[in-house]
Amino acid sequence: MTRHYSAFNLLREGLRGHKGWGRAWRSPEPKSAYDIVIIGGGGHGLATAHYLVRNHGITNVAVLEKGWLGGGNTGRNTTVIRSNYFYPESAALYDMSVQLYEGLSRELNYNVMFSQRGMLVTAHSEPDMEMAARQLNAMRLNGVDAELLDADQVRRFEPALNFGPNMRFPIHGGILQKRAGTGRHDAVAWGFARSADAGGVDIIQNCEVNEFIVEAGRCVGVNTSKGEIRADAIGAAVAGHSSALMKKAGVELPINSYALQAFVSEPLKPVLNSVVLCPPFGTYVSQSDKGGLVIGGGLDRVPSYGQRGNMPVQEAVLSGLAEMMPSLSKVKLLRHWAGIVDVTPDSSPIIGPSGLDGLYLDCGWGTGGFKAIPVGGWLLAHLLATGKHHEISRPFDRNRFVSGYLIDEGAASGIAH
Amino acid sequence: MQIFTCPSCGARDEREFHFSGELGKVRPNTTGEVNEEEWATYLHTQGNELGAVREVWMHMTCAELFVMERDSVTMEVLSTTPLRKDVS
Ligand SMILES: Cc1cc2nc3c(=O)[nH]c(=O)nc-3n(C[C@H](O)[C@H](O)[C@H](O)COP(=O)(O)OP(=O)(O)OC[C@H]3O[C@@H](n4cnc5c(N)ncnc54)[C@H](O)[C@@H]3O)c2cc1C
Ligand SMILES: [Zn+2]
Repeated sequence: MTRHYSAFNLLREGLRGHKGWGRAWRSPEPKSAYDIVIIGGGGHGLATAHYLVRNHGITNVAVLEKGWLGGGNTGRNTTVIRSNYFYPESAALYDMSVQLYEGLSRELNYNVMFSQRGMLVTAHSEPDMEMAARQLNAMRLNGVDAELLDADQVRRFEPALNFGPNMRFPIHGGILQKRAGTGRHDAVAWGFARSADAGGVDIIQNCEVNEFIVEAGRCVGVNTSKGEIRADAIGAAVAGHSSALMKKAGVELPINSYALQAFVSEPLKPVLNSVVLCPPFGTYVSQSDKGGLVIGGGLDRVPSYGQRGNMPVQEAVLSGLAEMMPSLSKVKLLRHWAGIVDVTPDSSPIIGPSGLDGLYLDCGWGTGGFKAIPVGGWLLAHLLATGKHHEISRPFDRNRFVSGYLIDEGAASGIAH
Repeated sequence: MQIFTCPSCGARDEREFHFSGELGKVRPNTTGEVNEEEWATYLHTQGNELGAVREVWMHMTCAELFVMERDSVTMEVLSTTPLRKDVS
């Protein structure tokens, strides 16, 4: 059975009619107890399992997923990976994630297709340019790379953008983070799953967690659609369903769940070099390797668990795109969908103890947690293994909502994702 | 577009409506001492229910605030009731 992916094995299997490839991961029945149980088989849950094995040598671990791997937001997102945040706490968090992504394909022996094509955020007035300079300086002070471009440089970098005389908000320049880019959503989930499985982790799909087992004030296990499973420590990474799940543990959260939508067009010849976000239009776009435009925008205006698209946002996002790049206005859409994202008051995640002993959280990533899959997994693994915060996760403890030490990225970066 | 029903104006396009918040949050009594946890709960904790929800909405074109009951999964509107008692 061939399990390692390499040019040599590809050649060898090619000569044998590709009959010898092993399964990427097993499908075991759950045991009655584990050292650690992780709820949610999205990127964050699977990365947690991988780092429990790799960083802490803990292998008696199960990941419980109610549907299929990556079927939540991980499989529905627009895959932008970047670290152009404002506050030092966020810069440390997201830049660690970008750095982990840079080595991820090799670490997992799985091509996650991290393409560092750059991300451009345009500025549309002189005050915008001043804010862009402020953002850039903050990023550099935090040790994150970025460049300030003037209008000519933007035009040379992304010639498809609208520089026409009738543009409502003419482009004055922009910030470019060259290390930012896009990845392959499925590959990130599958790569972490395959690596965790190889390390001994049981990945159990079609296994919904329905209740928590609490003894003497401590969470000691879960009741699932596949029976009772006990564990010394339990981590939850269920994104938009965090409030619903945590209610069963008696834990209330400062989270609203919203639908976030995305769109993919018919395939086109290359028109875009990078990921481009034009804040006044609330639209961002990149082009996938297959040629489709991957288009996203802001949240729905109404809290929702309805995992599907709707017209008001479609109208706003696509009219924004037509203003950003009028040459694309006749392009046809192929697909349109939504995922349910978990939004906190300060647009920063919640990582840390849940409030119920033995139960830990990695949630609240809202519209921007794909880029944070490696770091989220790293930090939740640290919490589950040691019972203590990593220095990077400590500021993101839920106690910040009581102390008032919010990390208000939504307002500071002016970026939805 | 989805159609919502304003208690004063009747059936209208969803884009005319603004979601204001969950129904039933009570502001802590500030004539007494309010501790940090109470404030934090009031400011930040959300019911965020899956299924039937009761919320305060505004119809922006007439500025009427009202209670909307809806299903947060199917988006079906179950009822809309004015917050004022004297609306005819
Ligand atoms: C349209 C869209 C675009 C986005 N674009 C970007 C982007 O460009 N860049 C970026 O960084 N982020 C983006 N995001 C956000 C990103 O997708 C998420 O933050 C990230 O994928 C969250 O990963 P996760 O593993 O925590 O959650 P998920 O991938 O949602 O996984 C959670 C899993 O938990 C499972 N689950 C839930 N309840 C239970 C239960 N009771 N028992 C067992 N399992 C359960 C679910 O089935 C699900 O598979 C976007 C999101 C959307 C919806
Ligand atoms: Zn009205």
